[in-house]
Amino acid sequence: MTAKERILAKLRASLDGSTPVADDYDEALLTTPWAYAADKRVDRLREVLEAVHGETRLTTAADWPALVVEALSERGIDELLISPATAHGQQLAAYLALSGETLKLKAYDRPVEEWKETLFFHTPASLTGTLGGIAATGSLIVWPTAQEPRLMSLVPPLHIALLKVSEVFDNLHEAMHRQRWVNGLPTNALLISGPSKTADIQQTLAYGAHGPKELLVLILQNA
Amino acid sequence: MSHNPRALANATRVAPPLEAARSYPVKPTDVFVFGTCVIDLFFPGAGMDSIRLLEREGIKVHFPQAQSCCGQPAYTSGYTGEAREVARAQLALFAGDWPVVVPSGSCAGMFRHHYPELFKDEPETLKLVESLAARTYELAEFLLNVCRIQLCDAGAPVKVALHTSCSARREMNTHVHSRALLAQLGAVERIDHAYESECCGFGGAFSVRMPDISGLMVLDKTKALAGSGAAEVVSADCGCLMNINGALEKQGASLRGEHLASFLLRRSGGK
Amino acid sequence: MSSPANVPEAPIEFKRNVREALADGQLRRNFRGAMDFLMAKRAAQFPDEDERERLRTFGNQVRARALSRLPELLERLETSLTRNGVKVHWAETVEEANAIVHSIVQAHEAKHVIKGKSMVSEEMEMNHFLGDHGVDCLESDMGEFIVQLREEKPSHIIMPAIHLNAGQVASLFHDKLDVDYTEDVDRLIQIGRETLRRKFFEADIGVSGVNFAIAETGTLLLVENEGNGRMSTTVPPVHIAVTGIEKVVENLRDVVPLLSLLTRSATGQPITTYVNMISGPRKADELDGPREVHLVLLDNGRSQAFADGELRQTLNCIRCGACMNHCPVYTRIGGHAYGTVYPGPIGKIATPHMLGLEKTRDLPSASSLCGACGEVCPVRIPIPALLRRLREEAVRAPDDVPHHLRGQGAKYSAKERMIWKAWSKMNTSPALYRLVGYAGTRLRGLMPSNIGPWTEHHAPPRLAARTLHELAREHLGDE
Repeated sequence: MTAKERILAKLRASLDGSTPVADDYDEALLTTPWAYAADKRVDRLREVLEAVHGETRLTTAADWPALVVEALSERGIDELLISPATAHGQQLAAYLALSGETLKLKAYDRPVEEWKETLFFHTPASLTGTLGGIAATGSLIVWPTAQEPRLMSLVPPLHIALLKVSEVFDNLHEAMHRQRWVNGLPTNALLISGPSKTADIQQTLAYGAHGPKELLVLILQNA
Repeated sequence: MSHNPRALANATRVAPPLEAARSYPVKPTDVFVFGTCVIDLFFPGAGMDSIRLLEREGIKVHFPQAQSCCGQPAYTSGYTGEAREVARAQLALFAGDWPVVVPSGSCAGMFRHHYPELFKDEPETLKLVESLAARTYELAEFLLNVCRIQLCDAGAPVKVALHTSCSARREMNTHVHSRALLAQLGAVERIDHAYESECCGFGGAFSVRMPDISGLMVLDKTKALAGSGAAEVVSADCGCLMNINGALEKQGASLRGEHLASFLLRRSGGK
Repeated sequence: MSSPANVPEAPIEFKRNVREALADGQLRRNFRGAMDFLMAKRAAQFPDEDERERLRTFGNQVRARALSRLPELLERLETSLTRNGVKVHWAETVEEANAIVHSIVQAHEAKHVIKGKSMVSEEMEMNHFLGDHGVDCLESDMGEFIVQLREEKPSHIIMPAIHLNAGQVASLFHDKLDVDYTEDVDRLIQIGRETLRRKFFEADIGVSGVNFAIAETGTLLLVENEGNGRMSTTVPPVHIAVTGIEKVVENLRDVVPLLSLLTRSATGQPITTYVNMISGPRKADELDGPREVHLVLLDNGRSQAFADGELRQTLNCIRCGACMNHCPVYTRIGGHAYGTVYPGPIGKIATPHMLGLEKTRDLPSASSLCGACGEVCPVRIPIPALLRRLREEAVRAPDDVPHHLRGQGAKYSAKERMIWKAWSKMNTSPALYRLVGYAGTRLRGLMPSNIGPWTEHHAPPRLAARTLHELAREHLGDE
């Protein structure tokens, strides 16, 4: 017998004659305490995210590129990792072309093995979209894709994320249900709820452990 | 539902449903008192004061002389068979429908919550166990919620600290009942002590099996009680009192704990 | 199941460990501060008692449901993971698990392994095993990195370096990493970040644990705050996840209550910085992620706990650590004194199944049964009842019922059994009981001033002059 067969045989013998526990899923308990009025939902998300040093700015679908330029120049950052294949990537490129800003755009357009050193040590910031947000926990729903790979939202010390107000859900149950996650999860699905942190040294909070030290969320109010 | 013993034995357990708040009967004319072995040998005064408090409420108290111990020391030490035999002997003494009042939350908890476990494989005995469990009350609980006692304070102003036994707290809510009774005494100010809900380190056999850890726990508890600013210490459980007072005496401190029943009787002019 | 080859298992020297720990004032101060902090954080996340208690009940039900179908769910998990391109392996023992990891290491000629955080890998002593086979295994979680530098084991399942203060970490980094001494926590974390950065992409293999394995979708769910978990499971070309067979849940939606309970109970957070759901290796058009993902399912005694309806509840555990945070014993002796991978209350009920009761014989007794652990367990494991049950198993006579637990009877003592039989005789014979009470009280002047462990910290107990039985009979008449 293989280890699998031995283990399963033991477990089955232990359950012999018993009936499974019923699925008595208490949806109300996961939603009622975590429901927000439409005009309070984004406030709640911002409050929870900012409590853990996330930064949020309210803006619009037209104005966010200018905010990105401002945020980067405040920090003395002159290049940004962004996907030219996405609508927001194209929008930013068009804005820069028109405004004559000197921000350099870089693309994550080849396997990471080909440029790991640059990604890890010479990429100060990235910008990605999101699939939505969760108000109860101050979270972003980020599903990396071929255009916006996993490490984009992890390696650069500054991660800028675009969040549409229309895609903010009250709680995780609602998000999972309305976006029908069960129909197909990608290779990697993430909830991101702030910049990286740890309290491993004397329970003292410090930010920027291994993931981004800063998370800036631009909230698009008319999207 | 299957009555196949193997099906029952192999079933995956789910936590019991959340208990509704206990409902209480009207004050009875008669009660049993289960004195507990610790009170019997070390704090009989607390037992007599409990009886006097009940009698002052107009209740006739019955103390079956054949009673001994609830069985908890053997039960917690893993000597389940021995605990079961001692429990069985107590069961026989409290038949009927009089409430059983116990001046110890941990022994009351033993009757109410652990006897059903002990006799789960004896359906006939279980009926008697369930009857007993349903009418077992810890003393403070009984005075407050069944007698609806109204205490008048005849004493001078005093600050007291209350220590509640862990099993009394978690199984019988004794801290809530004790606080409510103390609050009835107008000149008594109950003050919190540091780490109030933390164990005093008694745990029955734990205090002799793991004396180093237990010793540190009772040291911390006595420090917290002494440091609270309270002049007196009260507890509804004599196991803890034995532990705390024993440590205080060893430390050469003058502070001592007293059973809640004795304190209440004294303050309300009953002694 | 008898222990192999009748080799007596040397018990953990618990009492010696305890004495050392209690003598260490710094350790006790560190733990008291840390536990107070974590208890307060948890309390702040559960302000609504009703929501908290109902959610605990819900969590208990979700875990019980999964356990009640465990073999079926494990097979479904394997099917869905395999369909997603994850390779699933099964191991009954830690030796088998390490052999599986080794074969993957060899297949890739790996020399450098980087770990996220995994308590199961501690059960396997994976770092040690790999080290013996010429592979270095580096911890990337800050707390684990710190204890690895100190050549110690973690002392808490969530915060591995909880037994240290900032000064001790400062000295450690100064000595081992050749940096200037600083107690500035931000600076210390930056040093950790910089030191580990390059290690992520030099690693041949990344190892992680799993918080929940979802059968419905074939997904491994991991939670973390630092980002090293995502790094370890994304950057190296191979990812090996190791977990216990009890970690599977039926449906994706089942993680919702469990996540809420886990983060709020463990560190008092509404959610961790990252919730990382992995459902396969890098796809053809993707630009990062491991090309191979493996899951190792480890038994290591869990099937023994599973075999007993009462003890099966041990496997509800979602590894939050709330039990140890609230334990007055753990707070005073710290994690290392237990001598086990999992310390505290969960350690005391789980480890006997992993290592046997001979080795862990003192652990079930290292508790006053105060119940603080059971009160906070997010999945309602009745920890005090299970401790009591393990005590019962430990004192079973050798000729008692068939032995289902490894090491059953490890604390059997004919003398002790006789004492309890005599105690039972006394308490079931009213005349004998009253006689003993009478004798005890009348002879109380003969109480010795030293009665062993009790009088180390207490004055000798004072027997009363007369028993309650006597006083009650006098007052009430005979009954």
